[in-house]
Amino acid sequence: MIWLDTIVQGILLGGLYALFATGLSLVFGIMRLVNLAHGDMIVLAAYLILVLVTGLGLSPWLAVLIAAPLMFALGWLLQRVVLNRVLGPDILPPLLVTFGLSIAIQNALLEGFSADSRRIPNPDLEGASVALGPVTVGVMPVLTFASAVLVIVILNRVIYGTPLGRSFRATSDDPVTAGLMGIEPMKVFAVATGIAMMVVTVAALYLGTRANFDPAIGPARLIYAFQAVIIGGLGSLWGTLAGGVIIGVAQTLGAAVNPEWQILAGHLAFLLVLLIRPRGLFPRARD
Amino acid sequence: MLLETRSLDAGYGRFRALFGVDIRVDAGECVAIIGANGAGKSTLMRSIAGVLPNAPEMILHQGEPIGALSAAAILQRGIAMVPEGRRLFPSLSVEENLLIGGQKRRGNGQWTLDSIYALFPILREKRSMPGTALSGGQQQMVAIGRALMSNPELLLCDEISLGLAPVVIRDIYAALPRIRETGAAVIVVEQDITQALRVADRVYCLMEGRVTLSGTPAELTREAIHSAYFGGHA
Ligand SMILES: Nc1ncnc2c1ncn2[C@@H]1O[C@H](COP(=O)(O)OP(=O)(O)O)[C@@H](O)[C@H]1O
Ligand SMILES: [Mg+2]
Repeated sequence: MIWLDTIVQGILLGGLYALFATGLSLVFGIMRLVNLAHGDMIVLAAYLILVLVTGLGLSPWLAVLIAAPLMFALGWLLQRVVLNRVLGPDILPPLLVTFGLSIAIQNALLEGFSADSRRIPNPDLEGASVALGPVTVGVMPVLTFASAVLVIVILNRVIYGTPLGRSFRATSDDPVTAGLMGIEPMKVFAVATGIAMMVVTVAALYLGTRANFDPAIGPARLIYAFQAVIIGGLGSLWGTLAGGVIIGVAQTLGAAVNPEWQILAGHLAFLLVLLIRPRGLFPRARD
Repeated sequence: MLLETRSLDAGYGRFRALFGVDIRVDAGECVAIIGANGAGKSTLMRSIAGVLPNAPEMILHQGEPIGALSAAAILQRGIAMVPEGRRLFPSLSVEENLLIGGQKRRGNGQWTLDSIYALFPILREKRSMPGTALSGGQQQMVAIGRALMSNPELLLCDEISLGLAPVVIRDIYAALPRIRETGAAVIVVEQDITQALRVADRVYCLMEGRVTLSGTPAELTREAIHSAYFGGHA
């Protein structure tokens, strides 16, 4: 029973990692851009939600509804003003720029909020739990996982069922020919990054309500996100969820054996999957 | 006059592929561009389509300079291209490839999914397949249909017969009269001179980035074409 419990907790934790990773996966899939500031954007969004909750007295759920469009605008601007200029055949400039951005965001948050760790207050659901068959799980972890699934379902609807998603896929395939269709790749990229930042906002809600955060924790979230994306196979959002679940389960199993092994077990699972499936579990046919 | 290039120079970085090219296309006209491999035909098409940037006045559309516009802006002006090598989107089905061509369409022209399927009936059967799973000729039909979906006034076709069997080429060229019935002008780039002379109102021959010959098919002798195409003396 304890093992079942551990595995269920791990799966639910995987939902959080999948939320961290989905925006990264989306952006990489469309423009082959690895945003090294992705984890810091999650932390930034968590502070934004915190300010809305503590400053305006909003509930965290309402705060997300306000923060998401703001984050969309931020992502859109970031792409139009900065990232579009450094995209190109050379992959180094975007890495350098987003690395710089990561440091800039951390320092700005440090200035604005100090290094103290904070938490988004969520009195209604904090500590609440439900029975899920034979195991008892926290309501927040269940909501996290459900949100990850919902986010992926919605994104896949957009990607495979709307003109915008068609533009995403076409631009990802061949930006020059997409231009001949009247699509402006730079605008498509800006919308994609905006959408990724809305997913980041959802991730930030759960990051910030479930545990403490401070300005420096972004890079570690980036690593989990990265691993989930790579395990899943580049470009597949369900793969990203599977990747998150694998890391989550490995971490909780590791921790069950020895609490110090939690993080290490996640990294080992990542390496193991890559050894067996170098292109991830659900790789795209092309690339 | 619908479209005109004026002393068009174009190239790739420091490499120059076109030297002072002057061509013109009238509304509804079919113009063929012939020339050997590497003559600069595709470079000319890419310049007109906005894929290669140029000085604004080097290309005029209805008298307005468009040489510096983006490909997206050129499409908005009613100029669509069937690129060399077809370049279908592998992640999109046949129907999605067609739909994306019409995503930024202007006004209510006559080309719709239904009229494209009437033009190329085989595409209706294959509409859910990935575009790249089709035969070469069928892929070419998708590429032409995709460009038509924007309801262009000028259609640029870059080597639509390349690599296809003669019967397939015949099927594809059979669509040309129906495309011209809509009033659209067409530029066909061809290495197949006979094909070009058969369909075109006027012909330009390019060699090493320069126009070496132009005229109506009736005006041009075999000898003149041969020398304009391959160089040497007529
Ligand atoms: N992307 C490119 N980069 C550099 N040179 C190119 C490129 N595309 C074509 N060229 C060169 O430009 C010249 C004209 O090519 P192109 O316009 O493709 O000729 P054509 O279509 O008549 O065969 C050739 O010398 C070719 O090697
Ligand atoms: Mg060519």
